[in-house]
Amino acid sequence: MRRRNWSIPYALFLLVFVVIPLLLIVWYAFTDEEGALTLSNFRKFMMHPEAMNTFIYSIGIAIITTLVCLVLGYPAAYILSQKQFKTSKTMVVLFILPMWVNILIRTLATVALFDFLKLPLGEGALIFGMVYNFLPFMIYPIYNTLQKMDQNLIEAAQDLGANPVKVFGKVILPLSMPGIVSGIVMVFMPTVSTFAIAELLTMNNIKLFGTTVQENIYNGMWNYGAALSLIMLLLIGIMSLFTNEEDSAQNESGGVI
Amino acid sequence: MMTRIMAKGYLWFLLALLYSPILIIMIFSFTEAKVLGNWTGFSFKLYSSLFSGGMHHSLINAIWNTFAIALIAASVSTALGSIAAIGIYNLRSRARGVMNFTNNIPIMNPDIITGVSLFLLFVSFGISQGFTTVVLAHIAFCTPYVVLSVTPRLKKMNPNIYEAALDLGATPFQALRKVILPEILPGMISGFILAFTLSIDDFAVTIFTIGNEGLETLSTYIYADARKGGLTPELRPLSTIIFVTVLVLLIVINKRAEKQKKE
Amino acid sequence: MQQSNYIIEVQHVSKRFGEKVALDDIHLNVKKGEFVTILGPSGCGKTTLLRLIAGFQTASEGTIKIAGEEITQTPPHMRPVNTVFQKYALFPHLNVYDNIAFGLKLKKTPQQVIEKKVKAALKMVGMTDYEDRDVDSLSGGQQQRVAIARAIVNEPEVLLLDEPLAALDLKMRKDMQMELKEMHQKLGITFVYVTHDQEEALTLSDTIVVMSEGKIQQIGTPMDIYNEPINSFVADFIGESNILNGTMVKDKLVHFAGHEFECVDKGFGEDMPVDVVIRPEDIYIFDPSDAAQLTGVVTSCIFKGVHFEMLVQTQEGYELMVQDYHSFEAGREVGLLVKPFDIHVMKKERTCNTFEGKMLDNTHVEFLGCSFECIAQEGLEAGDKVQVEVDFQHVNLQDNEEDGVLSGDVKFILYKGNHYHLTVFTDWDEDIYVDTNDVWDDGDRVGISIAPEHIRLNKL
Repeated sequence: MRRRNWSIPYALFLLVFVVIPLLLIVWYAFTDEEGALTLSNFRKFMMHPEAMNTFIYSIGIAIITTLVCLVLGYPAAYILSQKQFKTSKTMVVLFILPMWVNILIRTLATVALFDFLKLPLGEGALIFGMVYNFLPFMIYPIYNTLQKMDQNLIEAAQDLGANPVKVFGKVILPLSMPGIVSGIVMVFMPTVSTFAIAELLTMNNIKLFGTTVQENIYNGMWNYGAALSLIMLLLIGIMSLFTNEEDSAQNESGGVI
Repeated sequence: MMTRIMAKGYLWFLLALLYSPILIIMIFSFTEAKVLGNWTGFSFKLYSSLFSGGMHHSLINAIWNTFAIALIAASVSTALGSIAAIGIYNLRSRARGVMNFTNNIPIMNPDIITGVSLFLLFVSFGISQGFTTVVLAHIAFCTPYVVLSVTPRLKKMNPNIYEAALDLGATPFQALRKVILPEILPGMISGFILAFTLSIDDFAVTIFTIGNEGLETLSTYIYADARKGGLTPELRPLSTIIFVTVLVLLIVINKRAEKQKKE
Repeated sequence: MQQSNYIIEVQHVSKRFGEKVALDDIHLNVKKGEFVTILGPSGCGKTTLLRLIAGFQTASEGTIKIAGEEITQTPPHMRPVNTVFQKYALFPHLNVYDNIAFGLKLKKTPQQVIEKKVKAALKMVGMTDYEDRDVDSLSGGQQQRVAIARAIVNEPEVLLLDEPLAALDLKMRKDMQMELKEMHQKLGITFVYVTHDQEEALTLSDTIVVMSEGKIQQIGTPMDIYNEPINSFVADFIGESNILNGTMVKDKLVHFAGHEFECVDKGFGEDMPVDVVIRPEDIYIFDPSDAAQLTGVVTSCIFKGVHFEMLVQTQEGYELMVQDYHSFEAGREVGLLVKPFDIHVMKKERTCNTFEGKMLDNTHVEFLGCSFECIAQEGLEAGDKVQVEVDFQHVNLQDNEEDGVLSGDVKFILYKGNHYHLTVFTDWDEDIYVDTNDVWDDGDRVGISIAPEHIRLNKL
C-alpha cells in the first residue's frame, strides 16, 4: 500500500532531530576541540574527583528519592485503586494534577514553603522537593496496574484460604511489580538527570550531575559536556535495559492482566 | 470502617503535602509584599500589575512567546505525527519496529539529553539559536507523543472500513478524509493537547536551544528570575492562574469522561 | 451431634445493593453430596447467592450455615468452600503447579504431601505433566481444568462453580460437562453450580433451583422442573413451550385457544384465569380428522436435526409450536391433539396491574411516580390513597419514549399464542405488565401511557 510512504517525512525528521543529535553526543564525547579522536574527556571525568563525586551523589539522591516515593506512593496507589475504600476518581486526578504544573513553579513553591516555615534550605529541602516533584510519577503507574488487576484473583486467593496479609504478599504485591518497576524508572530517571532545581532548593549549595552537564555545555566545554551526557545516557540505558527485561518477562507470564 | 478512615486520612495527608507549596503561593498572591511569607494585607495589586504589564514587559513577552511556541509546535507535531502514525501503521513489521523504537527515544530520553543533543546539532551546523530552533526542538520532543496517541485509534479501527469506503465509490483521498480522519480525530486532539501542555511546561530542552539573543519563555524567565535570588512577585498570581486553570480543566475533562463512560 | 443432614442452609437471606434488591428472602437447603444448579437469566441474583455462600459478599439479612455451622459473617478464607471462577482467575505470576499448590501452601502442608496432592488433582482433571507450564500458555479449556484442580485439591466440603463453562466453545463445553459430572461422582462432595444455560442445568444436576428477580421460583429435580413448571416463567425458561391464557372452567376442565379441554388439574375453583403450558413435543400433529381437537395451517417447518419444529396457526387465531418426527410442510392443513396430562395448568400470579396511588385532584391520580389523567369518580378527593388497577391489554407502549407519561425498558417477553405478554421495568423501578400484539425486543426503551377510562380506582 502506498500509504506506507507517509512515514517517510517523519523518518527523515527523526533522523535529523533524534538520531543525528544522539550520534553527535557520541562524536563530541570521543573527540577534542580540534575534532581529533580522544578518550581524554572520559579520563578527565575519572580523574576529576568533583565531577565523580557529583555523579555518585546524584545517584544516591535519586535512590533515596525513589525509595521515599515508593514507600509513600505505594500505599496511596493501593488505597486509590481498591474499591473498598470508596475513593473517587477526582482523588486520583488530584494526585496526578501536580505533574501538570511547571516544574520550576513547583520547585519555587517548595522553596517558598520552606521559607514560610522558617526551615533551612539544603539536603532536606532537596529531597523533599524531589519527592514532591516526582511522587505522582510513582503513584500513577502503580495505581494503574493495581486498578487493572482482576478482582477475581484477590477473591480466588481468599477462597483458597489466604488471610488479608497473605492475599497482599502472595498475590497483590507480585502482580503489581510491573507498576512498581515503571514507577521506579519514572522517578529515578528524572531525579538523576535533573538540573536547575537542586540549586534553587539548596541556595546553590548542592550541585547535581545534571547541573554539571549543563554548566559545561554552557561554558563552551562541549566535548566534556557531551562525554558527561553520554555517561548519564549509559546509566539510564542500563536502567531501562533492566526494566525492559522485567517487562518482557512479565508479558510472558502475565500478559493478560 | 476504621481502616477506611485511616486510609482516607493518609491520602489527605499526602495531598496536603503535595499541595501545601502551591497553596502558599496562592495565598501570598493576594498580598503586595515583595518577600514571600510577609503578609501585608489583602490586595489584588499583584494581579492588576500582572495584567497591566507595564513594569514587567519581559514577563508579558515571555508569556506570549511561550504560547506562540506551544501553538506552532503542537500544530506541526499533530500534523506530522498523525501522518506518520498512518504511515507507520501501514509499514511492514520490521520497518515498523525500527520506526517505533526511534519514536520512543525522545520519550525515554531525559530532557537534558534531548536538550544537549539538539544543542550540539544546532551548533555543529552553525544554525543560530532563537525562536526557530526552540520551535524545532519542541516539535522534535512533542511529535512522538502525538504518534503514540494516534496509533491506538488506528489499531482499534476496523481495517475494512477504508476498503468499504473505496468499495462504495470514494476516492482514496475521500476515504481518508471521510472515514479515517473521523476515526483518528480523538487521538489527534488528545495528542495536540498533550503536545501543547508539554511545550508550555518545557524547561530543559528550551534552555539548551533558546540561544542568547534575549528570547525568553515563561520557564526560562522564571529560572533567570529565581537565580537572581527570588521570585518576581507577579509570578505568584501567574502561577495561581495557571494552576487553577489546569485544575479546573483537568477536573472538567475527568468528570466528562466519567459521565461518558456511564452513558 | 448431627443437627441436620444439610451441608448448606440458606435461611431468609436478602441482599441489597443500595436501593436495589438482589436477593429477596432466599431459602435453600442443599444435601451433602448433591449437585445443585442455580439457574436463571442474567441479573436474577444467582451469582450474588453464590458469592454470599463463598463469602465475597455478606448478606443484608438472614443466615447461612455450612455443615451446621453459621458462617454468615465469616471471611472467605475461613470457609470450608472453594470456588471455580467464571474467568478462571488463575494467578498469572504463578505456574500451574504453584497455582494448584496455593491453598495447600497456605495451610502449611508438608512439601511431599503437596506434591502428591497436586499430581493427583492434575490427574483428576486430565492435565498430568502440565505442572511447569505458565498459565497463560494454556488454552481456555486447560485453564478451566487448572482452576478446578486448584479448588478441589483443598478437599472442600462444597465446590462452588460460577458459570465455569461460559467462556468455552460449544464442543469444549459438552466435554467438560461430562467430566464435571464424573468428577462429582468420584469426589463425592457437594457441587453448587451457577449457570444461565438450561440445558447444562438439566444435564448436570440432581437438583435445579430456578431463580428470577432475586427470588427462587422453583426447586426440583430436572424432571420435575421440566415436566411440572410451577409458573409461566419457569415453563418459558426451561425448554420450549407454548404458554396460553386460559380459564379453569371447573375441576379437570380448562378452556383455552377457543376450546375446552380435559385436563388432570383441579382445585383452582371455577372460572379462574390461568396460564396453560404445553410442551411442543406433547402436541400430536396429523392430517385433519375427527380426532383433532384443534385444526389449523402450518406456517413454517424447520428441520432441527432429530425432529421437525412447526408453527401452526389455528382457526381461532392462536399460534402453537409443535415438534414431531414427521414433517408437515408449510401451507398444509393439520389437526392437533393434546392429551389431558400433557396440559399443565398454572395459577396466574396476577390478572391485572395493581399500583398504590394518590388522588391529585378529581381527574388526576398519581402512581408510578407520574400523574395520570383518570375519570372523575364519586367520593374520591385530592389526597385520597387509592388502589389503581389497569388491565394488561390497556397499557399502551410507544416507540418514542417522550410520547408516554413515563418510560421504561422491556425486560421480559412471553409469547402467548396470539399476543405477547411483556414485563416493562419502569423508571420508577416498578414493573408494569403489558399485553400487546406489537413486536418489541428485549431492552427496548418505550413510552408508557394509559387511557383515562382504563384506570380503575378503589379507595383504600
